[in-house]
Amino acid sequence: MKQIVRTFIPILALGLALGLTHSPALAQNGPLRIVIDQGVIEPLPVAVPAFVDEGGAGDYAANISSVVIADLVGTGLFREIGPDAFISNVSSFDAPVAYEDWKAINAQALITGAVSVAGDRITVKFRAHDVFSGAPIEGAALQFAGTTQGWRRMAHKVADVVYSKITGEGGYFDSRVVYVSEQGPKNAREKRLAVMDYDGANVQYLTDSASIVIAPRFSPTGDRILYTSYESGFPRITLMDVGSLERRSLDEQPGTMTFAPRFSPDGGTVVFSLERGGNTDIYALATNSGQLTQLTNAPSIETAPSFSPDGSQIVFESDRSGTPQLYIMSSGGGEAQRISSGAGRYGTPVWSPRGDLIAFTKQNAGRFHIGVLRTDGSEERLLTASFLDEGPSWAPNGRVLMFMRETSGAGGQSSLWSVDISGRNLKQIPTDGAASDPAWSPLLP
Amino acid sequence: MSLMPKALLLIATLALAACNNPDRYGAGGAGAGGAGGAGGAGGFIDTNGLGDPSDPRSIAYFNQSVGDRVLFAVDQSTLSGEARGTLAGQAQWLNTNPGYAAIIEGHADEQGTREYNLALGARRAAAVQDYLISQGVAANRMRTISYGKERPLEVCSEEACYNKNRRAVTVLSAGAGV
Repeated sequence: MKQIVRTFIPILALGLALGLTHSPALAQNGPLRIVIDQGVIEPLPVAVPAFVDEGGAGDYAANISSVVIADLVGTGLFREIGPDAFISNVSSFDAPVAYEDWKAINAQALITGAVSVAGDRITVKFRAHDVFSGAPIEGAALQFAGTTQGWRRMAHKVADVVYSKITGEGGYFDSRVVYVSEQGPKNAREKRLAVMDYDGANVQYLTDSASIVIAPRFSPTGDRILYTSYESGFPRITLMDVGSLERRSLDEQPGTMTFAPRFSPDGGTVVFSLERGGNTDIYALATNSGQLTQLTNAPSIETAPSFSPDGSQIVFESDRSGTPQLYIMSSGGGEAQRISSGAGRYGTPVWSPRGDLIAFTKQNAGRFHIGVLRTDGSEERLLTASFLDEGPSWAPNGRVLMFMRETSGAGGQSSLWSVDISGRNLKQIPTDGAASDPAWSPLLP
Repeated sequence: MSLMPKALLLIATLALAACNNPDRYGAGGAGAGGAGGAGGAGGFIDTNGLGDPSDPRSIAYFNQSVGDRVLFAVDQSTLSGEARGTLAGQAQWLNTNPGYAAIIEGHADEQGTREYNLALGARRAAAVQDYLISQGVAANRMRTISYGKERPLEVCSEEACYNKNRRAVTVLSAGAGV
């Protein structure tokens, strides 16, 4: 996808720090900025008038601006100023913006855009503005060209740039999520792999539901998926090519069971659990050479391994202390340090792509939680609580987690939820029926 | 749970034994839905194969009279005295009827993560297999599989259901090896 950075006034205009949004007097004290670490924040008011049709755009213009606003508002960090409040319209992308009109309705950020379509080619350009400083935001003006089929991705890319410029964090809207689509009652549940955009759009089913499938994971480049399948009659790690849907069993060792796979950050190694004679340990498989290395060797259960982003360490779950807890070891194996220390049972650790935090599932006093802690085990924070919350997966920017929540009882159903790392903005992801085991892709290219 | 007719359980059990793909039909009588699934998807159901429950050489007799399953405490794979009694009966039956192989399925309740429960179910299945081996059953007649929390038998979210779901089920199939 082509990106053309347009030239704008090179000096970043000053704007508002978000916590100070009610103090226009401070408008000149810093760039328009949301700091996600803040405990309580006031969403930043943003206006996204329908993008201008520059030829043949039809519904695409309004649809794209709708997805942009949905992405931004969906973070909980932005609040939409709707069209009803607008004083002026944007009828030309390059005409001067009447900042006073947007200031008057307290839109602090304004996103203008234009769309043109020729055949199946679509071009989207946009510009984000810092209303109170009366200028475009530097670096937040781009043009994307592609096929009309990918219009949602273009909208996500627009929103990613805006989010990124205003929060200082990487974007995550132009990403996909692989998950398990579920059907049927608890005791005869049918499961199949599915993949969707991060917001639930564009669902594609990757397998049928003839066999149980569990816990899919993307490769670091997003083109392959590892998961556990009962297709052979026994649980076995399977590797699927997302493009061709071709799949193969990763490791055939008769009499063993393999599960809980995850790629190394360079994609060259798969770590997983291998069970033999009732005992489960962690192994690493070099995907090219097929060389298998045993990383743990204990009579306890060792499972759910996840690499640090630099590939040097692995966090995993073990019950060697008597209850499941989190441990970190070198990626070559060897001695492990326990990092979880609170009450309860800890599982499914996942290292943040930023390297700073580890997300986990915690079970305590009959409730499940999704939580995060630092890699040295300090500063544990529980972000959610329910009958059953399980299996967090990081957004590409390490600021949001998606996980599964299951309701209790005979009619218990799974669904996908997301929450940001401060515990705010807990929300359900729309899916076509019950869903579990979400895993986020990297940001798409 | 609403008590499923035993016959359905047995049909489901046999269905999976017959096709040797325990996944498809709900894992060792894991549920009526499993049996329904078999009916919808398969053609593997062979009710005659279970035999007459009054015939001590039948699979039906093994399932009902010997007992095809043992239960476990929370997070445990240790065999209780009652479980060992059931397994001694299973071993005796298997030693008397060498024409059958067995897949031992380990299961967990829904408390616990998917991965941990898979490993826990494997521990339970292995505990059963080890005990049967100690009672003289040839290792090459048995295989283990874990379903973790994927195939609960009972669907309520209370201990009354959980304690039936924490189980290992010995699923017979005709044939000397697995």
